[in-house]
Amino acid sequence: MGATHLPATEFDGTDLDDQLEAEAEARLGAPAEPMVQLLGPDGTLGSDPVFSKYAERLDPGTLRGFYADMSKIRRFDVEATALQRQGQLALWVPLTGQEAAQIGSGRASQPQDYIFPTYREHGVALTRNVDLAELLRQFRGVSNGGWNPKDTNFHLYTLVLAAQTPHAVGYAMGIQRDQKLAAATAVGSGEAGQAAEPKAAVMVYFGDGASSEGDVHESMVFASSYRAPVVFFCQNNHWAISVPTSVQTRIPLANRAKGYGFPGIRVDGNDVIAVHAVTEWALERAREGHGPVLIEAFTYRVGAHTTADDPTKYRGSEEEGVWRAKDPLDRLEKYLRAEGLADDAFFDQVRADGDELAAYVRKTTHDLETPDIRTAFANTYVEAHPLVAEELAWFEEYSAGFADEAEADQTEADQTKVDQTDGMAR
Amino acid sequence: MTTMTIAKAINEGLRATLANNPRSLLMGEDIGALGGVYRVTDGLIGEFGADRVVDTPLAESGIIGTAIGLSLRGFQPVCEIQFDGFVFPGFNQITTQLAKMHSRSNGNLTVPVVVRIPYGGGIGSIEHHSESPEALFAHTAGLRIITPSNPHDAYWMIQQAVECQDPVIVFEPKRRYWLKGEVDTEAPGASADPFKAHVLREGIDATVVVYGPLVPVALAAAEAAAEDGRSVEVIDLRSISPIDFDTVTDSVRKTGRLIVAHEAPTFGGIGGEIAARVSERAFHSLEAPVIRVGGFHMPYPVAKVEEDYLPDIDRILEALDRALAY
Repeated sequence: MGATHLPATEFDGTDLDDQLEAEAEARLGAPAEPMVQLLGPDGTLGSDPVFSKYAERLDPGTLRGFYADMSKIRRFDVEATALQRQGQLALWVPLTGQEAAQIGSGRASQPQDYIFPTYREHGVALTRNVDLAELLRQFRGVSNGGWNPKDTNFHLYTLVLAAQTPHAVGYAMGIQRDQKLAAATAVGSGEAGQAAEPKAAVMVYFGDGASSEGDVHESMVFASSYRAPVVFFCQNNHWAISVPTSVQTRIPLANRAKGYGFPGIRVDGNDVIAVHAVTEWALERAREGHGPVLIEAFTYRVGAHTTADDPTKYRGSEEEGVWRAKDPLDRLEKYLRAEGLADDAFFDQVRADGDELAAYVRKTTHDLETPDIRTAFANTYVEAHPLVAEELAWFEEYSAGFADEAEADQTEADQTKVDQTDGMAR
Repeated sequence: MTTMTIAKAINEGLRATLANNPRSLLMGEDIGALGGVYRVTDGLIGEFGADRVVDTPLAESGIIGTAIGLSLRGFQPVCEIQFDGFVFPGFNQITTQLAKMHSRSNGNLTVPVVVRIPYGGGIGSIEHHSESPEALFAHTAGLRIITPSNPHDAYWMIQQAVECQDPVIVFEPKRRYWLKGEVDTEAPGASADPFKAHVLREGIDATVVVYGPLVPVALAAAEAAAEDGRSVEVIDLRSISPIDFDTVTDSVRKTGRLIVAHEAPTFGGIGGEIAARVSERAFHSLEAPVIRVGGFHMPYPVAKVEEDYLPDIDRILEALDRALAY
C-alpha cells in the first residue's frame, strides 16, 4: 500500500465531499500539470473542459478592457521607473511581464471582495480603482500607505513578506462570522426575505519567494481548517530578487495546496483570459462556502525585482527572450485583431490613454506633499497616549526655538526679492 | 463583592466581554474544551460556541495574523499565547503588523487586538515557560502593555483591554493565577484607568516600583522594612506602556529614593527606562541613585536554581539598604 492510500485523518471528513469539491478533485486532484491555458502565445484561443465556460462569458468590450488595463499599467510602470531614475521616487517595484496575472485576477474580483496585495500589485490596484498616483506615495517616502483601504477594499502594500497572508485568512473568517450574524438577525427579525448582502471572498497575493515564509504555511492551515473563503494567488515570477524558484520549491507550487486539503491550480499567468477564468471559478467557489483555493500564476518578471537590483548579475538574457515571446499584451492583441474585435483606432486610443495617465502620474508625483511629522505623532495610537503627548510637546517647543531663525531667513529672502525687482525696474 | 482567584477573575472578565460585545471572540491553542492550559477560558466554549471561543491550529504567527485580519473586518479578537516563551513565533506579526497598522494606514485602520500572555517564573517549569519579555514589546510604539497583579484589576483590565481601540498586550502573572482577592464587579473601579499606576502602600523613606508577579513580594518587603522602622511606598505600575511617570515621580519627590524591581533581566529592561526618566524629571529630588532589582543577564535559568534568579523580599531589602546608605 502506497502513501496515497493512507487515511489523512481518523475523523469523518464527509463534509468535504460536496459536488464542487469532487469536481475540483476530478479536474485538479492530479498534480497541477499541465497548467491551464486558454489563449496561447500565438493569439489563438484553445479550450478547457472546466474553464472555457468562464471565457465564454467575456464579451468583446470586457476583452478590450483587459487589453486597455494591461497596456495602461505597463505604461504606468515605465513612468514610475523613469521617475525613480530621476530621483523622484526612492524605489520602484516594476511589474512588467505580470500584467495578465494581475489584471485577469483583479477583474475577477467583485467590489465586496477584499484584496490583500504584496508590494507589486499595481495592476490589481488599477482594477480596484485605486488612484495610481496614490500608490506612489509609499515609494516617494511621503507615506507608509497612501490610500484608504476601506474605499476600495484593496489593502495597503505589505513589505514584510507573507505577513499579509494570515490577515487575509482572518478577514475571511470574519466574513464567515458576519454571514452567520446576518442570517441570525434576519431570522430573528423575520426579515429573511430581505435582500442579503452579496457574498464576499478574500484574495491574497504573494510571490514564489514569499511561498517559503512560514506565514504562508500557517495561513493555509488556518484557511483549510476553517474552510475560510480565501483565494491564495501566488504569482510565480521565477525570481525572488536573485534566487530562482528552484531554491524555493522542488515541485510546482500549486501542488502544495493538496497537502493542505484544498485545490491548487497552475494557470498560465501570461494568459489574461485563463487567469480571469480560474480566478472567477476560485472566488465563486469561496463565496459559496466551499473553502480556499491556491492559484499559481506561472509568469515572469521581465525587469528587475526593484530598481535597486540588476538582473544581468543573476540571469541570462536568453531566458528573458523566451518569456518576452510569451508577452501577455502581444498575445491578446493578436487575438483581438484576428477576431476583428479591435482595430488600429482602438490601439491608438489605448496608447493615448496610457500617455495621459503617465502625464497625470508624473504631475501628481511632483505635487505630492511632504507630510508634517505631527501626523505620525497623531497616528501612532488611536487613543491618547501620555508619552506621545509629552514627546510632541517637546517637539513643538524645540521647533518653536527655530521660529526666529525662520523669520529672519524669510525677511532676508523677501529683501533679496525686493532688491532683484528693483534691479529689474531699473 | 466576591472573592476569586486571578485566573477566575480573567475568566469572568472574558465572560462579560463575550456577553456584552457580540463582535469579540477568543482565539488560542487549547482554549476550548480544555479551557486553556491554565483553565483561564474554562467553560466559555460551552456558553458561547466554537465561533466565539476558537481552538486554533498550533501556530502563534497564524493566531496573531488571523486576529489582525478579523479586526480589520470589525471583530475584536482576544488571543491567548500559551506561555511567554512561545510568543516569539508571533513576534513578527505583533511588532511589524499589529503595532504599525494604524500608523501606516495614516489612521484609517484600527486593529484592536488583545494578546494575553501568561508570563514570569516561579512555577518550577521547564525552558521557555518562565520568561518576562515585556521590554521587547514595550520598545515597540503602537502597542499598549498592561499587567494586573490582583483579581479586581484582572477582572476589569481584560475588559478594558478589549474596549481599547489600540492593540493591547496583557501580561498575566502566571504564578499569581491562584492568588485570591476581592473583586467588585460593580465597582467604581470599573472606570479606573488601566494605564495608571496605583500607590498600594504609602511611605516616606523610599519608593519601590513593581508590577505583576512582584507586587506581593514588594508589599511583603515593605512590611518587613516597617518592622525596622523604615517607611516604604509601594507602587503597582499596572501599565508598562504607557508608563505612568507622573505617579512615580510624585512619589520620588516625596521619598527621595527609588527602587524598581522586575523579574526580567535588568539590562535594557523597564527598570532602566524608569531610572532614566526619573533622573531627567526629578534629579534634584533624588538622594540616591535609582537602584534596579531584576533578573541576571542570562537565559531564564533551570527551575532548580530559579530561586537564586528571581527577585525576592531580601533582594528588595538589600536594594533598600543600598539606597538608604547614601
